[in-house]
Amino acid sequence: MTEARLTHPPHIVVVGNGMVGHHLVIQLTNSDMPARVTLIGAESRPAYDRVHLSDVFAGREPEDLALATEADYAARGIDARFGTAVETIDRSTRSLTLADGTSLAYDKLVLATGSYPFVPPIPGHDADGCLVYRTIDDLDAIRARAEGATTGVVVGGGLLGLECGNALKNLGLETHVVEFAPGLMNVQLDPAGSDCLRAKIEALGVRVHTATNTQQIEPLPDGRLTMHFADGESLTTDMIVFSAGIRPHDQLARDCDLAVGERGGIVIDDDCRTSDPNIFAVGECALYDGRIFGLVAPGYRMAEAAAAQLLGGSGQFTGADMSTKLKLLGVDVGSIGDAQGRTEGSRELTFTDPVRGQYKRLTLSADGKKLLGAVLVGDGEPYDRLLQYYQNALKLPEAVESLLFDLDDGAGALSASDLPASATICSCYNVDKGTIVGCIDDGMTTLADVKACTNASTGCGGCAALLKSVFDTELEARGIEVDRSICEHFPYTRQELFHLIKVQGIKSFPELLKSHGQGRGCDICKPAVASILASLYNEHVLADGRETLQDTNDVFLANMQKNGTYSVVPRIPGGEITPEKLIAIGEVARDFDLYTKITGAQRVDLFGARVDQLPDIWRRLIDAGLETGHAYGKALRTVKSCVGSTWCRYGVQDSVAMALRIENRYKGLRAPHKIKMAVSGCARECAEAQCKDVGVIATEGGWNLYVCGNGGMKPRHADLFATDLSDEALIQAIDRFLMFYVRTADRLQRTSVWMQNLEGGLDYLKEVILDDSLGLGAELEAQMANVVGTYECEWKATIEDPEKLKRFRPFVNTDATDPSIEFVRERTQRRPATAAERAAAIEVDPARIPMTTVEESAG
Amino acid sequence: MNAEAADSNPEVTATAEGTAGVTPWRDLCSVADLTPGAGVAALVDGEQIALFFLPEEQPPVYAIGNYDPIGDAHVLSRGVVGDIKAQLVVASPLYKQHFRLSDGQCLEQDDVRVPSYPVRIQGDRVEIQMPTAP
Ligand code: SRM
Ligand SMILES: Cc1cc2nc3c(=O)[nH]c(=O)nc-3n(C[C@H](O)[C@H](O)[C@H](O)COP(=O)(O)OP(=O)(O)OC[C@H]3O[C@@H](n4cnc5c(N)ncnc54)[C@H](O)[C@@H]3O)c2cc1C
Ligand code: SF4
Ligand code: FES
Repeated sequence: MTEARLTHPPHIVVVGNGMVGHHLVIQLTNSDMPARVTLIGAESRPAYDRVHLSDVFAGREPEDLALATEADYAARGIDARFGTAVETIDRSTRSLTLADGTSLAYDKLVLATGSYPFVPPIPGHDADGCLVYRTIDDLDAIRARAEGATTGVVVGGGLLGLECGNALKNLGLETHVVEFAPGLMNVQLDPAGSDCLRAKIEALGVRVHTATNTQQIEPLPDGRLTMHFADGESLTTDMIVFSAGIRPHDQLARDCDLAVGERGGIVIDDDCRTSDPNIFAVGECALYDGRIFGLVAPGYRMAEAAAAQLLGGSGQFTGADMSTKLKLLGVDVGSIGDAQGRTEGSRELTFTDPVRGQYKRLTLSADGKKLLGAVLVGDGEPYDRLLQYYQNALKLPEAVESLLFDLDDGAGALSASDLPASATICSCYNVDKGTIVGCIDDGMTTLADVKACTNASTGCGGCAALLKSVFDTELEARGIEVDRSICEHFPYTRQELFHLIKVQGIKSFPELLKSHGQGRGCDICKPAVASILASLYNEHVLADGRETLQDTNDVFLANMQKNGTYSVVPRIPGGEITPEKLIAIGEVARDFDLYTKITGAQRVDLFGARVDQLPDIWRRLIDAGLETGHAYGKALRTVKSCVGSTWCRYGVQDSVAMALRIENRYKGLRAPHKIKMAVSGCARECAEAQCKDVGVIATEGGWNLYVCGNGGMKPRHADLFATDLSDEALIQAIDRFLMFYVRTADRLQRTSVWMQNLEGGLDYLKEVILDDSLGLGAELEAQMANVVGTYECEWKATIEDPEKLKRFRPFVNTDATDPSIEFVRERTQRRPATAAERAAAIEVDPARIPMTTVEESAG
Repeated sequence: MNAEAADSNPEVTATAEGTAGVTPWRDLCSVADLTPGAGVAALVDGEQIALFFLPEEQPPVYAIGNYDPIGDAHVLSRGVVGDIKAQLVVASPLYKQHFRLSDGQCLEQDDVRVPSYPVRIQGDRVEIQMPTAP
């Protein structure tokens, strides 16, 4: 066992691919130091976000929790093996044996084996229907058991137990929480806080049984279970989930005689090293200073320390803050530092509001100047503020109680500029204020960039508001206003402009400029304001003077191509088209010699029309019953559909009919950016609805609604928003969603980016749209009804109005057509001539198609 | 500067016309053919011109080349008009660079400039001076 035998770079084997093991291998392979890393995980899949496991009960797909894929690991050169556990460690030969029979040598070993749920040895605890809750597999077992069940019991009233209770409730079960101790969440809350929480949870319909000792679990012949309690009472249920605490996975360490704690846990030092210098332990299996840290952030800190040690650097773990903020069954609960007031000489300040169900308690230092801890139940708002006072040992204000309330300029209001550079902003990724300031110093001017660079706010998301305020304050301090004002003419965001225009009933750009802007406007603010006016009043985009605000595409109601010609895209709702209409499109294309292509969105694009040809082309298309497709507008593009239940043997709803209904409803809606939608007839998802701004997938019971997906430059899977909606409920939700987007998004923000930048994110959006938390629902619907009711095909209105047609004259002083546009033929169709071809064409080139020929055929 | 030459005062232009080396004013179109707040295109001796009519500005008409050398297409008349740091500009509809209406200078690229032409309003007619006589 001499160091000389070490291979180079040393072979590092990490056992356990949970959240911490994952974080560790990422740290190891992010460094410039070469590393040879093998990762062995007992679970069948790569690491996933255990912290958000319960989201699956609220509709998230297990796959969305993945922290990595096999390919990600491979790309990092990590030899990752899943679905096989390490069975023994031989320290003398530095080798491991795996459950699949293979063995493996290591130079350095890291145990990241996490923990397992403790199941109290109650007789009957292993009966069918007794489950635990820690992995995706557990979750599947719970879901399977819940099918057809009516009642579920969680044993354990701690943090995880209550979270599990929430999950059972989401599954529609009558839910009971059985706790041995006299109160809920004993670790984090004092008795008064615990009582407050209990009252709130019971009000939600969860039955709480505290000080209840289960003595026996009796399986009944019908498969149900009866729990017999010490007080003689009993409870019959379909399933029991044990969540009575966790135990470190330390058997491997015990078997090879590493030091372990009395009550379990692999003993580590500040380097995260175990009693064997070649073996480290991190995460929930590790015991540091006599403690197991049952949260993910401390595990990450350990992983970072261990990675530093393994790569020959310095880095230590010196304990971690166990402050937490959670939403349990919809109740905000926060616990900071010394929540129970155990510090000698400490003083306390309590606030109870039995009516609103709030309990808040501060633990103060003896002199009342420092915050030592806090408990919050029923109101999580003060948490961020208190945490900063606590973590940075900031001096408390005179009126300490002000810290407990959301006062606009209360003495306790902590501005981001008061925080020291060392203040932790994001504890999930250990990002301090200094790092964020550094990003801004490096020239980043958007929150999205800072998030991408630091990972801040991409974990639990709890720090989002604080991060934004630090970011905004810092930018302001530098006099940077980049992403606030839309341009030099208006010191407002698009959202603010929308509000001004709406509230003050402003109807034109000059009016807005005069009252709220300066200068003459530009190509940024003019189209943005035109879009707002159109969303609010839905008058023709070229209505009186409006056309001068629009980008050329909106002016000519067509997309400009590279050579100054335009493309023509008729609407083909849902991709459904009659042969007659298809023939009509073909005839127009042939007669005007337009390059014809099926687009990526189930319709046909005709390219190469000169400005002056557009009205004639559209007259023909409109006569054939077609309408504009708004391919040029920041507007609804297409609603893609699959053929659905009418033809497809798997379809469960008529997806085409729904796509048509949706496309016809929202066509013409002007928005901050384009909007794309799709409707699939079953879960096979042939319409690819999950990459759309609005995606609809048929279910047996109705429609599942997905929102905020994106293809394009930065693809994003849409989030499941609501399930099993009826036709009407679906339309109502989409109405509200779209209008809220139109009202609040920034210029050129697709729904995906908008939602990610929205404070509170998806949950907030659900509250606003589905629970109508802002009381905006009716107004949003009315606004949409107005847009829907005033729809007109812009092209139809244009060709009927000689004034509007004037715009399509190529030249004001002659009837000649644009002589600069030249085409060549390729695969029998026209395409723009390249610069070289245009130069060469001066000598007569047979490939060149003079415009005159085209005109004659256009007739 | 072109902007001055485009002054609509007939006396000033009369002198200009008399000056040697200056081509005559040529009739282009009527004021009603222009779009207030935006551009239109004109074709003079095979050259494409972007004409902008900004009734609230002084002078109210501007003429620059219609050809966008960056996008390599004749499209400037179809751009959005506005001002950047108080200079009147049109944004190319292709790649959005701004061209100064007074002299055709591209604000984003110092070495790019499109031609500009003296232009004026005479009664209800719009007139332009081309660099060479017809
Ligand atoms: C024609 C078409 C390509 C084709 O030959 O199939 C196309 C062509 C253009 N796309 Fe697209 N996109 C086309 C389908 C798509 C799709 C696929 C789809 O819609 O199912 C996507 C990805 C899906 C999505 O948007 O989420 C797509 C993502 C983009 C993006 C990136 C958007 C993003 O959020 O990242 C842009 C750039 C932008 O909008 O800023 C873009 C922009 C453009 C522009 C407007 C670029 C431009 O300024 O010239 C192209 C001109 C369209 C024209 O002249 O009509 N196009 N584009 C497709 C027209 C579909 C239609 O019938 O309306
Ligand atoms: C429902 C739930 C909600 C939670 N909510 C929060 C929260 O809000 N905030 C918070 O901070 N924390 C929360 N936690 C705790 C958090 O998930 C853990 O702190 C974190 O996952 C610990 O990571 P770990 O890698 O140490 O252990 P784990 O994630 O348990 O990973 C250990 C992995 O090692 C594998 N393994 C074990 N033995 C072997 C072996 N011999 N060979 C190979 N592989 C092995 C296991 O299969 C497992 O995959 C929650 C946990 C649960 C279950
Ligand atoms: S992918 Fe690029 S080149 Fe192709 S159509 Fe879209 S924008 Fe144009
Ligand atoms: S604190 Fe969890 S993401 Fe920042």
